[in-house]
Amino acid sequence: MNIKISWKNVWRNKLRSLIIIIAIAIGLFGGVFTNSFFVGMTSQRVNSVISNETANIQIHHPSFLLDESINNGMDNSNTIIEKIKPIKGIKGISERLNESGMASTAEANTGVMINGIDPTKEIHVTAISKKIIQGEYLNPETKIPILIGKKLAKKLKTDIGDKVILSMADGKGEVVYAAFKVQGIYNTNNDMFDGLQVFVLKSELQQLLKTPQNYVTEIAISMENDDLTQTAKSEIEDLLNKEINSKEIIVQDWKEIDPSLDLMIQTMDTFAWFFIIIILIALAFGIINTMTMVVMERTQELGMLMAIGMNKKRIFSMILWETVFLSLVGAVFGLTISALVIGYFGKAGLDLSVFGQGMTAFGMDTIIYTKTSIDFYFTVGILVFITAIIASIFPARHALRLEPAEAVRD
Amino acid sequence: MSIIEIKNIKKVYNEKTVPVHAVNDIDLNIEEGEFTAIVGPSGCGKTTFLNMVGGLDVPTSGSVKIDGQDISGLSSKQLIDFRLHHIGFVFQAYNLIPVLTAAENVAFIMELQGVSKKEREKRAQELLDQVGIGDKFNSRPNQLSGGQQQRVAVARALASKPKFILADEPTANLDSQATGDLLDMMADLNKKLNITFLFATHDQRVMDRARRIVTLTDGEISSDELRK
Repeated sequence: MNIKISWKNVWRNKLRSLIIIIAIAIGLFGGVFTNSFFVGMTSQRVNSVISNETANIQIHHPSFLLDESINNGMDNSNTIIEKIKPIKGIKGISERLNESGMASTAEANTGVMINGIDPTKEIHVTAISKKIIQGEYLNPETKIPILIGKKLAKKLKTDIGDKVILSMADGKGEVVYAAFKVQGIYNTNNDMFDGLQVFVLKSELQQLLKTPQNYVTEIAISMENDDLTQTAKSEIEDLLNKEINSKEIIVQDWKEIDPSLDLMIQTMDTFAWFFIIIILIALAFGIINTMTMVVMERTQELGMLMAIGMNKKRIFSMILWETVFLSLVGAVFGLTISALVIGYFGKAGLDLSVFGQGMTAFGMDTIIYTKTSIDFYFTVGILVFITAIIASIFPARHALRLEPAEAVRD
Repeated sequence: MSIIEIKNIKKVYNEKTVPVHAVNDIDLNIEEGEFTAIVGPSGCGKTTFLNMVGGLDVPTSGSVKIDGQDISGLSSKQLIDFRLHHIGFVFQAYNLIPVLTAAENVAFIMELQGVSKKEREKRAQELLDQVGIGDKFNSRPNQLSGGQQQRVAVARALASKPKFILADEPTANLDSQATGDLLDMMADLNKKLNITFLFATHDQRVMDRARRIVTLTDGEISSDELRK
């Protein structure tokens, strides 16, 4: 009956209870929605990096990580690929020949990273083929095609069909150069990437740099699902144990390739929790205020309960349950609204194109799809429960200090 | 053996600064089945006296024995338990739990005592019948008149099967009709079931019905009158 009284007591002063319930609901909505925004944003950034840039796993010669030079490649790419191909969950494997160089047109020139790819393999690894906004994806049948980013195209003042001269150093350090014809312009919404990365046919780059057929600087592996990345990486490391031990290759997942991404995820996560905690602390004070008012208003009733023989433990639990019910009703409201709004923006997207330029400069999409996990709702619910328990201590202590003889005549 | 034995109880407030002797050396025995009123003007010490008899306050000196047990030395926790099992309270402002029905209010005290749900419900109905409002079983306090609420309070006080009932100004908020009906009902319970009632009051209508009137003046018994 104690719990029944507590539940009914919540609704004795409907207006006051509704005010604090709405405050809790709005506070939680603010916290949960902000979290979903950050999760959505980081997750899109991670997906974008995986699908457009790094893929899930990469294999390099260890020296390539220190000096991205054509000399730091791997001779036996075909053997490596044959070994790892059967691993479950692999969507695609692409060998790349990377070299830094200079792109020039009659109007301008700039430093670029030249990626020699096999377009038929790359299409299963990165999503560049889907990001073409002008022209078309690399066609192996055409001669000297090049794919460039929108930003680079603007910088070089070039367009589809125009020629771009790429110059770079070959393995002997001699400068080599060749003209390429712009076949497509892509846009990944990451200005840094779009302004730097160009894609040409690996076969043509091999000829230019005079490298053997199976010599590559990078093997990129994409997975059906990022959850499989760690398992696949371990399997690759097991299969290529000999090469790893002899320091011929190194296997990295996307977090190791781009540690800033992992840092971003952790920072956003910490910030979101920090935000939630601040909201809960503020709500705790609101709950304390409401429940203290409740206790003060019910002094006579509490005095009566103590007089007729209700012990302190039951008095405490009655106030505790009332606080918990009040808070949990607010939490259910807040989390339901959050789930609906997050669900809506998770599908429709939150258009932030007004800040588009600033966001693309950091590699962010301008439309954010809010996203959060069931675990997060559950954890927030538990935190509200804990907050309610802590917040009930002050009013409950106030109640326990009442002298029944005085309180009953209040 | 008297159901209540009070020996030389004193209650002094502000002992170290300006001492106020609220109750001064009272000796009093109440026998089972009495219908007694403690009367006197405001500030005479009625409430303080009743609080000590009811285990809501502890005397500065002296002893209060209920059914042979000295309660003046009990801890606060022990007093709560003692009150729950031995004393019934009826207050001036009824003090029912507003969110519970009449029956639930009556059953609540039995729940505190650990009585089973079935037994609680059965006894709650019996008690409400006894106080004449059996038809208000499912009514909330705000659906009852003052007199009906006080009847529920009496039923609640009886629910714990106490040694006696302390009623502090039980008629102060009632009109004449309700007061008369309530006193009739209490007198009936006293007569038929031998339930001991101890009132603190300055209501003449209660005094008229009491069979013993103990008058307090300045914290002391100034008269103790037995009536037929």
